[in-house]
Amino acid sequence: MRAMVYRGPYKIRVEEKDIPPIEHPNDAIVRVTTAAICGSDLHLFHGMMPDTRVGMTFGHEFVGVVEQVGSSVQNLKPGDRVMVPFNVYCGTCYFCARGLYSNCHNVNANATAVGGIYGYSHTCGGYDGGQAEYVRVPFADIGPSIIPEWMDEEDAVLLTDALATGYFGAQLGDIVEGDTVVVFGAGPVGLFAAKSAWLMGAGRVIVIDHLEYRLEKARTFAHAETYNFAEYDDIVVEMKKATDYLGADVVIDAVGAEADGNFLQHVTTAKLKLQGGSPIALNWAIDAVRKGGTVSVVGAYGPMFSAVKFGDALNKGLTLRMNQAPVKRQWPRLFEHIRNGYLKPSDIVTHRIPLEHIAEGYHIFSAKLDNCIKPLIIPGAN
Amino acid sequence: MPYTANKPSRARSSDELRAAIPGWGADLDPKDRPSVPKEQFDPGLNGARWDFPERQPEKWPRERSIEHKFLTPVFGTSAPPRGVSGVIRKYSYKKYSEGRAAHWLLLLAADRVDAWEQHLASFGSLRPDNPITETGVLSEFSRHGVTSRFGKKRADLNHQWIDPILVGGPWLIAGGLGFAAVRRLARLRRT
Repeated sequence: MRAMVYRGPYKIRVEEKDIPPIEHPNDAIVRVTTAAICGSDLHLFHGMMPDTRVGMTFGHEFVGVVEQVGSSVQNLKPGDRVMVPFNVYCGTCYFCARGLYSNCHNVNANATAVGGIYGYSHTCGGYDGGQAEYVRVPFADIGPSIIPEWMDEEDAVLLTDALATGYFGAQLGDIVEGDTVVVFGAGPVGLFAAKSAWLMGAGRVIVIDHLEYRLEKARTFAHAETYNFAEYDDIVVEMKKATDYLGADVVIDAVGAEADGNFLQHVTTAKLKLQGGSPIALNWAIDAVRKGGTVSVVGAYGPMFSAVKFGDALNKGLTLRMNQAPVKRQWPRLFEHIRNGYLKPSDIVTHRIPLEHIAEGYHIFSAKLDNCIKPLIIPGAN
Repeated sequence: MPYTANKPSRARSSDELRAAIPGWGADLDPKDRPSVPKEQFDPGLNGARWDFPERQPEKWPRERSIEHKFLTPVFGTSAPPRGVSGVIRKYSYKKYSEGRAAHWLLLLAADRVDAWEQHLASFGSLRPDNPITETGVLSEFSRHGVTSRFGKKRADLNHQWIDPILVGGPWLIAGGLGFAAVRRLARLRRT
């Protein structure tokens, strides 16, 4: 089969690999029909995530058709069209039994501090991902769902991570009616978090980024007020002014490890790998939220330490909430919202790239060329 | 102003927002949201038919965190450890917990060693690494590399110049060293 393969920092290519075999009775092999590149894949691409091995296939956002199932699989059969959450999870460990699917304890031999994620380094379990023609899906009876007949394939692929994560991020904010919600980052997760904040009754939604074309999308797609932080000397002060010096009730960090806005922080993290993540957006979130407010973190950070302003968080009495999204828990409600027309996830897709050209797809997304917001990967396309 | 008791608000009324924004307030009740409460204990929640999953066969000694009691019943099988990088990785997993910086720093070091091991190995194969095609940098010409960047007030331009040095620098140094070695060998042969 053809598969994207990591060749070292900033380098990937498409190679011929063996179709993955069934390795466990509850495995399925899925033929991928659409995959996506996630902003967090760029952390791998840039060599920031420890134990990212040459030869791994990335990709934790994918949908496809079941090709083969293991002997104990009962809920799926070959030919089923399925969407697969980015979490690999068993369904029965201490954490899964409590709905914390992203924190499963039975699928990641390499680390206890993170669950299993497809195509996301050995730190997240060492599973090959879906930017390929075929992918192994463990616990096929637990994670995947059959895509409803009425659902568009591109909406389905965005439900496997970006939309579920953005919606989850808004929930972590514990938004109540009339709250002012600030979202750092106008990428896919930030756009969906902003859109979700309205569903939860926000009174104002403000999105902050430095890419004007993404802020334009935040205005039109997510009905948000926007600020380009590169236009201001100090974006925290602007947020205080925008809230009559109170601060926002809720701030969502939808940026994560490669945040821009401070040269030293960015370079020590993204270039020199001396921190687990550039804490610029997180520190702005801590400073921009009001005392007693809530900071929700869904931007991805690595396992190393980061220079976070913890004293401010303490002294302001903040609630800090965070996790990788337990994706499938969000799906029934998100299906309703899509059916009701409240959400149309595929509106943020900007690029559809054949698998054979995936290296260019990563560069376009990484360097923010061509007004790229969300690139999809299409195996088998020319 | 926060200097008095009432909350300042520039928000529109709920009725205005409901009229303006599709779905506004559909999840208004904080208790009626999919991830509330955070933990919802229900061992039958996922329809699994096992208490503990059947074990996946271990086809090679699988490295694991020492914070695990045993090898997890299911694990990834991508890219088994190999070469010098594999030795570093196995040592890191065997010696240090996830709580130790040494664990992660060794894994990061192994990643860099792995990349160079595989780059060098590729030169002995039918498909040597090609940093031009593998970085996707040619899309700079087809996807508006210049107009996407300049005149846009982008905050990332202050560090993007580092990327070509980080990526291309080692290749240039390696190429230079290789060229010097070949020239030296040629001179030695002549004398």
